[in-house]
Amino acid sequence: MSDMDEMDEGSGIVKKFMFLNRKAPHGTVYALEGLEVVLITAAFDQDVSMVFTDDGVYQLMKGIDTKGIEVKDFSKTYRALEGYDIEKLYVDQASLDARGLTEDDLIVDVTVLAVDEMANLMAEQDVVISF
Amino acid sequence: MLHIVNKSATERSSLESCLRMATQGSAVLLIEDAVCAATNGNAAAAKIQAAAAGLKIYALGPDLAARGMTGRVLDGVNVVDYGGFVDLVAEHSNCQSWL
Amino acid sequence: MPMVNIAGKEVEVDEEGYLVDLSQWNEDIAKYMAVEEKVELTESHWEVVNFLREYYAEYQIAPAVRVLTKAIGKKLGPDKGNNKYLYELFPYGPAKQACKIAGLPKPTGCI
Repeated sequence: MSDMDEMDEGSGIVKKFMFLNRKAPHGTVYALEGLEVVLITAAFDQDVSMVFTDDGVYQLMKGIDTKGIEVKDFSKTYRALEGYDIEKLYVDQASLDARGLTEDDLIVDVTVLAVDEMANLMAEQDVVISF
Repeated sequence: MLHIVNKSATERSSLESCLRMATQGSAVLLIEDAVCAATNGNAAAAKIQAAAAGLKIYALGPDLAARGMTGRVLDGVNVVDYGGFVDLVAEHSNCQSWL
Repeated sequence: MPMVNIAGKEVEVDEEGYLVDLSQWNEDIAKYMAVEEKVELTESHWEVVNFLREYYAEYQIAPAVRVLTKAIGKKLGPDKGNNKYLYELFPYGPAKQACKIAGLPKPTGCI
């Protein structure tokens, strides 16, 4: 990783990347893989947004305890994103509503967006990567 | 933006999420099992037809044919072949594949 | 995966020598890993190793070196939160070597 920090110097091109998370944690590997890709991308100084819609909002639940299913609790890792300078976390209001959740149920500070705001945010990206 | 959906609308919510988040004038391309949403009488038909007012809806011909759906395509849906698929990707500056 | 005997205990490590089961970690294992990495452990090394273990317990990942440096600076002061200091302690990469000694997996994004 020490090498990667130096690799990005000099390229200078900053693109808007959106990582779109639409899956619940643990049932598939998408959520964990998506998070790892975001952490790696952080080394490249790009404009990164992380978005949680549909079942993806379940990834951010407070109070997750995975001991009983013997898998890693990566919900704690979302709190490390700030240290990686990834501070643009967005959650879809309708997806929260449909699951009986509010912002207070989430483990990190997020910006909750209405569907048209989310749609515009997505449309202005250079790259959207889905998980 | 070009949105690509590949899962059946009667099995997963990806088409619904896509239609919710696609901005006016965007293109939506249905491929693989998702093409069934673009056929007469299916449960998603009304949604596709309503969306076609503000979006350009495409379906991949070979996937329709492979499902026996060639003659059942909804009005307002444009059928494209693989070349048309490539053109759509090339015409749009960005693209989102709904998993 | 390979097993090594450390202070009379059989311990599983991966092909690069990282501890497989984090919960097995103890000071003997840290000392063994340090010898493997040709690092002589001092108080300053332990400070970083313990910091990494706390970071992992809180966030469930091993930090990238840039993040580690910043976080160490915040906690232990700017004279320690810099590359020069950390590379002097762990010449082959603070994250790589210190993580191994701390019993953590290789940091994400470490190629």
